[in-house]
Amino acid sequence: MKRHCLVPRNDGKKNRLETTSKYNEALQSYHKKIAEASVEDMVLNMGPQHPSTHGVLRLELITDGEIVKEVIPHVGYLHRCFEKHAESLTYQQTIPFTDRLDYLASMNNSHAWVMGVEKMLGIDKDIPKRVEYIRVLVCELNRIASHLIAIGTYGIDIGAFTPFLWCFRDREHVMGMLEWASGSRMLYNYIWVGGLFYDLPVGFEERCREFVEYFKPKMVELNQLLTDNQIFINRTANVGVLPLDVAINCGCSGPVLRGSGLKYDLRRIDNYSVYPELEFDVPIGTGAMGTTGDCWDRYKVRVDEIDQSLRMVEQCLDRLQKELKRTPDFDPRAKLPRKITPKAQDYYARCEGAKGELGFYFVADGRTEVPFRAKARGPSFNNLSVLPEISKGVMIADLIAIIGSIDFVLGEVDR
Amino acid sequence: MSFDDIKLLLTDKFGEAVVLGEERTGMQPALLIAPDRIADVCLELRNNPKTYFDFLSCLTGMDYGVDDGRFGVVYHLASIPYHLQLTLKVSRLNDRNEDNLPSFPSVSGVYRTADWHEREAYDLVGIFFEGHPDLRRILLPDDWEGYPLRKDYQAAEYYKGIKID
Repeated sequence: MKRHCLVPRNDGKKNRLETTSKYNEALQSYHKKIAEASVEDMVLNMGPQHPSTHGVLRLELITDGEIVKEVIPHVGYLHRCFEKHAESLTYQQTIPFTDRLDYLASMNNSHAWVMGVEKMLGIDKDIPKRVEYIRVLVCELNRIASHLIAIGTYGIDIGAFTPFLWCFRDREHVMGMLEWASGSRMLYNYIWVGGLFYDLPVGFEERCREFVEYFKPKMVELNQLLTDNQIFINRTANVGVLPLDVAINCGCSGPVLRGSGLKYDLRRIDNYSVYPELEFDVPIGTGAMGTTGDCWDRYKVRVDEIDQSLRMVEQCLDRLQKELKRTPDFDPRAKLPRKITPKAQDYYARCEGAKGELGFYFVADGRTEVPFRAKARGPSFNNLSVLPEISKGVMIADLIAIIGSIDFVLGEVDR
Repeated sequence: MSFDDIKLLLTDKFGEAVVLGEERTGMQPALLIAPDRIADVCLELRNNPKTYFDFLSCLTGMDYGVDDGRFGVVYHLASIPYHLQLTLKVSRLNDRNEDNLPSFPSVSGVYRTADWHEREAYDLVGIFFEGHPDLRRILLPDDWEGYPLRKDYQAAEYYKGIKID
């Protein structure tokens, strides 16, 4: 039975698929595999609108009854041509586009982009300390918001509704603060090359401190409700085990890699920005409820990272309120270069986003303000590619748990 | 291990011809590798106990412009145990004919993460990878014409009779 067919064009010219068959062997063998799935097997389409895929992902499942035999992810439904756009816009103009990669933690994206451009210009050492601390402060707040979404929607994937409401209630406070600082709700465009869009509003530090005090007991409550819940543990422990060597070989990073038990955090490894001056631990998965690297471990790493981010936020607030006080003549845009023309070179900048290693590879030709080539390495892209690996032989319901535990954002997969 | 040590290690193992040159002008020096040996080089760098470049951070397909006539791939490796980073580059001349794509050996046998990255480079820049297990388009539809990140790419006006705005 033939389920897919490629319609030949009717304008006389030959279709590319017909002429260059050498480059289409893989496509043909894929079609063959789907067409020849045996009668007992089912070919199921999960998505593009499945709620657990947070947007636009299609998974093609070959199942035997309820057992998943093979998963074939199809991505590209959201493809926003970030790299193509970046080739026609200046470095400064591209910052709003980086926000749309991981739109749940967009401060981290612009931070990575901006750090790379500043390194290429050689002005990364001239950035005022207050600016750097504000950047880290908003990045960590944004990381908390992103992890809250991951945890809340993971609860809903498993079937728990209350944690979702609680997480979104607390996330709303973070969003409110970031909106107050930058003027927009999710896509901030706040961190600029050489500075910030604006200094923090008056009273931000005090309000942020109030939030930290309010939020700490809420995390204890959330842990009681979800993390230590026996039903939740039964659904996630020993499910979707990702061994460390597979994680490294598949290029996983962030909480997915650390959930498999490796202490690898670029904030500590690369020591960029002011992270070396801050005290924090790198939580890793320990296999407390099952095997190291299972869904519960990945979930727990995110919960622990929220606590560490809160610690960092408090330390940033301490410095911002004591040593690096707001002064009337402080201009966060003072170091803004008038023309951003890096010399001819290529540079790979990476930083620890909420989902993992976010990298930008720049190729500058030295003549224009427009990058010759800008490649974005989204962590979710690599984290998602491990999915076929760890979901062989699981039940369909477990597949939902695995997808949720990877916590990818499709904006970063398709870019 | 410094950049020169890594270069020495490679030339000792594979001979002088494997390193075609080096780029030291930028902040991150890069090794230019002979295109046919890139998979062997990656395997050696990953398995050698002195380097352990076990993490492929990024793989970029490159079009160096119409005048240059070259296509290349840039590999950013990272060594988790030694906290090192290394850039490898391969490139080849090509006449931009779509029936004759520039082709490089696939490193997806060494780093499984290269699987999707190479599919993306094939999809957007039009680079063929020999020995790749499943080289299909990944972000664009299977019957898309042309490779959008090539410098001479003309934006399509119609796709299956639908006007693209």
